Amino acid sequence: MKKHLSILLMLTLAPLASYGGPAEKKGMEIAKKADAADNGWKDLSSSMVMTLKDQHNRVVTRAIRNKTMEVPGDGDKSLIVYDAPPDLKGTAFLSFTHVNKPDDQWLYLKSLKRVKRISSNNKSGPFMGSEFSYEDISSPELDKYEYKYIKDEKVNGVDSYKVEQIPTYKYSGYEKIITWYNKSTYRPEKQVFYDRKGSKLKTLKFIQYKKYLGKFYRPDKMYMVNHLSGKTTTLIYKNYKFRNNYTDSDFDVNALKRAR
Amino acid sequence: MKYKFTYKHFLISIVTSLMCISQSVVAKPEISGEIGVEGRFFKDSPLDSRQQGNNLSLYFKPEFFWKSKEKPWTVTFSPFIRVDESDSKRTHGDIRELVFHHAGKKWEYKVGITKVYWGVTESQHLVDIINQTDAIESIDGEEKLGQPMINLIFKQKWGTTELFLLPYFRKRTFTGVQGRLRPSPPIDASQTRYESSAEENNLDFAIRWSRTVGIWDIGLSHFSGTSRIPRFTFGADINGQAVLLPYYDQIDQTGLDLQATAGSWLWKLEVISRNSQFESYNALTAGFEYTKTGIFKSKKDLGYLVEFLYDDRNDPRVTPFERDVFLGLRLAFNDVQSTEVLTGVIIDDDSDERSYFLELSRRLGKSFKLSVEARIISNPEATSLLYPLRRDNYIQLQLIRYF
Repeated sequence: MKKHLSILLMLTLAPLASYGGPAEKKGMEIAKKADAADNGWKDLSSSMVMTLKDQHNRVVTRAIRNKTMEVPGDGDKSLIVYDAPPDLKGTAFLSFTHVNKPDDQWLYLKSLKRVKRISSNNKSGPFMGSEFSYEDISSPELDKYEYKYIKDEKVNGVDSYKVEQIPTYKYSGYEKIITWYNKSTYRPEKQVFYDRKGSKLKTLKFIQYKKYLGKFYRPDKMYMVNHLSGKTTTLIYKNYKFRNNYTDSDFDVNALKRAR
Repeated sequence: MKYKFTYKHFLISIVTSLMCISQSVVAKPEISGEIGVEGRFFKDSPLDSRQQGNNLSLYFKPEFFWKSKEKPWTVTFSPFIRVDESDSKRTHGDIRELVFHHAGKKWEYKVGITKVYWGVTESQHLVDIINQTDAIESIDGEEKLGQPMINLIFKQKWGTTELFLLPYFRKRTFTGVQGRLRPSPPIDASQTRYESSAEENNLDFAIRWSRTVGIWDIGLSHFSGTSRIPRFTFGADINGQAVLLPYYDQIDQTGLDLQATAGSWLWKLEVISRNSQFESYNALTAGFEYTKTGIFKSKKDLGYLVEFLYDDRNDPRVTPFERDVFLGLRLAFNDVQSTEVLTGVIIDDDSDERSYFLELSRRLGKSFKLSVEARIISNPEATSLLYPLRRDNYIQLQLIRYF
């Protein structure tokens, strides 16, 4: 009987716990608006140069090209081709982000001509040795987090909503992420990442947003600092090109094999 | 007069047509490639006094790539050359790729010389059959010779179907008399014989269907033609010395490769069924790879690999993997230098035979890579294929410059 009672209690209280109070509601509303504001761009190609700097100011660079396609009702599909360092030139990475199941990922090893389906539990692992992890570069789907509005705050002189995000997907390296959403565009201006122990791990700044197709904002630059190691990574994006009429066949294993 | 279409004819026709295409499409190729120096150090003196000791070797593999600006065409040309200090046979060249690739939305085709890889397992590659092994390059069988082909790829909702026409057979390369890591007596490839009267001009066929369904990656394939794996008979070379003579059967091989990707687990299976007039057999590799990410609160990933290797001929004279277990560890540092270590052992179930290996690689600076490889065979049985390698335990250092 006691057991039944507790189940009954859980069932009645569960909705309260997840939707919570007004802060949770407002957090979710902001996230929904942010998600809606960046809906309908269809597909995008870009190239990116990554500059990795360690605590002794030693610098290495990476270069990749990226194609992404929106999938209605699910996460994005993306195909990344590595241009530098030269030993990784021609290596390609295909990923399907999903909202409520693990992502699908394939890696193409050019010298072996081998496609490997890989585990997507590498979310917290560094992308190409940088301070960005795989979860930082994958598409920010609405249902992958729980939200809580904290307050209005100015960040870099921009009026923003400060919102706490708690990852609900498996294998995340974060306890929480604090995001500052620009009040007028709903784009993130800044994010602070807290690791599983609750320590402030990294800060990400989005620099120089530009407007494309009259409504979609993309940053020219992203700057990540790791507070524990002192290492930084700067991403510089170039050649943003929307609406390339990509289809599913641009994001399958055949496309991965010929990507370069 | 009977016209014989040879490898040379094939090459000439590809080169001329590719040159016409590349001339008309774009003028300037994208050039990349690698150049490497390798040192092999053996623990013991060789089994055969004709074999050399420690060895230095160089290779060069440039790649020229042309891409059409308007059409979905590419052309790739990648020659390969190695110069070896002690083995005149290992001083060799190959065209790894010389291929025209057209990729439409519904279908693709490739004409020329290229490489194709099938399969999912790590310890051996049963299903992978299109390309011949460049066995003189490395003992692990991972290096392949360029295969001339016409390859059609049909992309459908229900999967990808590929057809292969393989008009020319590439003979396996073998270590020469002076080289290490070879059987005893050595193999004399100049006396190669074939079941097919067309010899290396036998037209081979293959078909493969593959598809991803949820967590499953499935591949079904069939190959009909000249076996990539020779059988051997005893003979003598021109000097009257004992040698092994390669003989290539006509075979039919059906293969299945399957992987389930579930969380941190990759479940893998490769099965083949092979028939020739000499024998019919089945073989399989089955196992898993489990990866633990962020071990010891670091960025490192540790993968555990376990595979079971089985061949129903159950004969150590034809395969070293008749009933074996492979255990491996893969450590990825996920650092700026992409440091990786892969180590493992193949354990023979019927004997004390153990085959250990270690592979380590790390980027140096911007464009160099250092790799270390070590192989140790312990307690091989006298009947085993690995028995002639019992004094060839080695460590290899390789420095590669990429450009």
